[in-house]
Amino acid sequence: MTATDPVKAVSLPVPVSIDPSIAPPGTRNFRDAGGIPADQWHADQNGETLVPTHCCFCGVQCGMYLRVDKHGKVFGVEPRNHDINRMRLCPKGINAYQQVNHPDRLTAPLMRRSRDEEFKEASWEEALDFTVSEIRRIQQAYGNDAFGLLGGASLFSEKTYLVGKFARVALKTKHVDYNGRLCMVSAAGANKLAFGIDRAGNPFSDILLTDCLLIAGSNVGECFPVMTQYLWGARDRGASLIVIDPRETAIARTADIHVALKPGTDAAFFNAVLHVIVAEGLTDETYLAAHTTGWEEVKQTVAAYPPARSAEICGIPAEQIVQVARVFAAADKAMAWHARGIEHHSQGVENCLTVINLCVATGNIGKPGAGYGTITGQGNGQGGREHGQKSDLLPGGRSISNPEHRAQICRIWGIEESELPGAGTSMMEMVWQMQRREIRGLIGICNNPFVSLPNYAVVKDGYDTAEFHAQFDFFLSETAANAHVVFPVTTWAEDEGVMANAEARVVKHNKAQEPPAGVRTDTWVICELARRLGAGHHFDFPGSREVFEELRVASAGTVNDYYGITYERLEETGGIAWPCPSTEHPGTPRLFEDGRTCHPDGKIHMQVVEWHPPMDAYTEEYPLSLTTGRTVAHFLSGNQTRRLGALVEQTPRPWVEVHPSHGFRNGDPVRVVTRRGSEVFPALVTEAIRPDTVFIPYHWPVPTAANALTIDALDPRSKIPEYKVCAARVEAADRIDEVPAPPTAPGQEAYPEAQVSRTDPLPPTSPQGRGTAERS
Amino acid sequence: MMGRTIFIDPGRCIGCQACVSACRECDSHRGKSMIHLDYTEPGMSVASLPTVCMHCEDPVAPCAEVCPADAILVTADGVVQQADTTRCIGCANCVNACPFGVPKIDLQAKLQMKCNLCYDRTAYGLAPMCATVCPTGALFYGTLEELQAERPGVQVADSFAFGDVMVSTGVAMVVPADKVQWPVPGGLPVVEVNGVDVR
Ligand code: SF4
Ligand code: SF4
Repeated sequence: MTATDPVKAVSLPVPVSIDPSIAPPGTRNFRDAGGIPADQWHADQNGETLVPTHCCFCGVQCGMYLRVDKHGKVFGVEPRNHDINRMRLCPKGINAYQQVNHPDRLTAPLMRRSRDEEFKEASWEEALDFTVSEIRRIQQAYGNDAFGLLGGASLFSEKTYLVGKFARVALKTKHVDYNGRLCMVSAAGANKLAFGIDRAGNPFSDILLTDCLLIAGSNVGECFPVMTQYLWGARDRGASLIVIDPRETAIARTADIHVALKPGTDAAFFNAVLHVIVAEGLTDETYLAAHTTGWEEVKQTVAAYPPARSAEICGIPAEQIVQVARVFAAADKAMAWHARGIEHHSQGVENCLTVINLCVATGNIGKPGAGYGTITGQGNGQGGREHGQKSDLLPGGRSISNPEHRAQICRIWGIEESELPGAGTSMMEMVWQMQRREIRGLIGICNNPFVSLPNYAVVKDGYDTAEFHAQFDFFLSETAANAHVVFPVTTWAEDEGVMANAEARVVKHNKAQEPPAGVRTDTWVICELARRLGAGHHFDFPGSREVFEELRVASAGTVNDYYGITYERLEETGGIAWPCPSTEHPGTPRLFEDGRTCHPDGKIHMQVVEWHPPMDAYTEEYPLSLTTGRTVAHFLSGNQTRRLGALVEQTPRPWVEVHPSHGFRNGDPVRVVTRRGSEVFPALVTEAIRPDTVFIPYHWPVPTAANALTIDALDPRSKIPEYKVCAARVEAADRIDEVPAPPTAPGQEAYPEAQVSRTDPLPPTSPQGRGTAERS
Repeated sequence: MMGRTIFIDPGRCIGCQACVSACRECDSHRGKSMIHLDYTEPGMSVASLPTVCMHCEDPVAPCAEVCPADAILVTADGVVQQADTTRCIGCANCVNACPFGVPKIDLQAKLQMKCNLCYDRTAYGLAPMCATVCPTGALFYGTLEELQAERPGVQVADSFAFGDVMVSTGVAMVVPADKVQWPVPGGLPVVEVNGVDVR
């Protein structure tokens, strides 16, 4: 380690103690009344402490306190008045603490020499040695690049930095990527192209100042529930709300304009909106002349998208396009936020660019209440790629193909430039490479591709073909259940580190309890593997704090500058938005206030976009669009939330949302067929979806996995899969596919509370009010 | 009018059930949620509406009035408490009496449970768990002035008409400003009594 910045020793934050007299008066008896999970609700609250931290789930990163009993065990949650969430929490956040001491936690390494054997508990020595010998064997036989590493965007930034460094310095492979590739890389790519910087332009608080809020492809109410308070706050002050979504979501319900367009037609829609704005002379020509390049070309392109043409493509009335254009352009300050709904496409980057073009053409950039943002799905979806975990990036968002950037990082890492591998491939491409035996061994950290990648059959085949697979996790995920070695690692509550939320605000998570016996931090495991691979001197990190100090230095002077951010400052301020180049710098919540972007010419580079249809063609056999998304109770692949009783009870299983015109009744078994396969779900009949579209939430494994049906087509630039649209048909079936229980380690009882709800066969429990009660 | 209380604004509710989860975490009945989340038009719209105890003021707490065991007590500040466990006989009279359908019976324990406005929290100056976490502010805890400062022009109602019977409550509902109807019609219209059409 050649980081020169001195590492200052500091003690952990002092937990706030609770006045013991605030114990609930005379109410303990009720705790026995059927609690979930009963065992944790008998904590000894005398001497309870509250540890300030953040939610481990989505990109809002709500502040919360974890309640810790006098034996040092996390047993509850208390809302925290952090300025991101001001006490608010969604059901995932409220129940997150139940993971920490959950009976399904892995507490010893699991190992087997072949997939035909059962897992056996192994010692750390054995598991590490076996892993290292397999890495050596594969790399000696097939070259360094035959071993790959897949990280995750739920890891603290320190760990994502380590993953990138470990791949390049210890494994010496170019094959490293992460599951943020499935999240917001399209938005990242678009922002880089247009502005030269990869983050949202404005803080959430700017939403409160706007006059018109456009939300495209984001089910805010379910995926980022706590952000809703900003939306409603804007509406209280009279802002208009425009929602673009094929489904009537909770926010669409009360929007001024809800555009229910056909999945995969976003670029055609936004081009037409801009067409109207140009035609009606509503553009901000002064702004465009002073701050942009490429406007003329964009203007010419959108001329070919009159409302009538796009209305036909999008399956909406042309008047809506005109309406959206007028409302957006007439607003004094307008903002656009988008999420996976427009990003998960084979033209994901382009979709985001059309939204950016809209904001730029109306001069809505870099002002309080005016700007753009992308809503990150994963807690550290933003920070997870800033420090070198992505296949083409080095720390500080540097490009791995840029000789100058390579030289800078090699200096910091103390390696020769010739030793640093080049750019690797994306997550889905790595799976294809495993199928082709180009990648023969893999370590996965904090990800669950068996549920989260599209086209499950291909994913399973790729992993099955790999000769060696190790996985880090704290529950046995569906993917870990396929591995040769599983390392039991810490939850977010057992380690400290930083995450960057959707506003690029860096927040600090604190340690609330010691890990259970046998569990190690990811940092420890990575450093230990590096030591055994002979690169120990590059990985001399006792903990997150030391990694963060190197990360700060490694990011200094880049666009993603973290140099001025320290743990102490984060604790004092509650979060600092990067770039923050010095310890006196207040951070940068809003970008481009001086009118300059991060491109060398300081301009916004507007990009031409032509709409093209989704990759999976509609035919008579497959006439419908299948689209996927989340439910409020579950998080991503569900490895964490499908084990928490209250959340399982809230949403025990997936369903297929269909319009009444298909003739199904609520709860009917419906087979959804695509070119990849077919599965049977209970019907949730609702008028809140387009007749030509069906929807399945994706948190469950096969045979109830939306991703057994979705297509593994990728956006050519961002390599994000086209989860949000593929061709499908629905037909009546005679029985509904059962949801399998989440895998558990040998000897572990499946968690009974979760089981009870999960075997409940029928029908969908009216998630968000969508189910049809039989109407009389 | 009311002092510090809960205001319910169905127009903001996203049906996320954070209130339900939060209510389970409340120390006074940990493990059980006392909140009902209703979907008003399932299959047609995603509209949803949380119901907490309305803490009836006039007539004072029908649930308490009908309780044969005097188990439901109303505190001086108007909070209708959940049944006292040492007195409750689990007869479910309160369940039948409540016009809002709030109290629940734990059949196994033969005990009534209901929202007691998180007395264990409010007594110490904290807001009830549900209103604290509600991501949208559909449940708001505070005074009317605080609510109006945050949401200019908001209108609330605390009187409900059940047929001819009027109930005024300690908890208030936000009503659409352009459709203020006084009192707010409560419950479903009675169309039939013992098989006789009474419309
Ligand atoms: S999941 Fe997101 S919105 Fe919900 S509590 Fe966690 S950070 Fe907040
Ligand atoms: S927490 Fe708030 S928004 Fe969510 S269901 Fe309850 S009342 Fe509605």
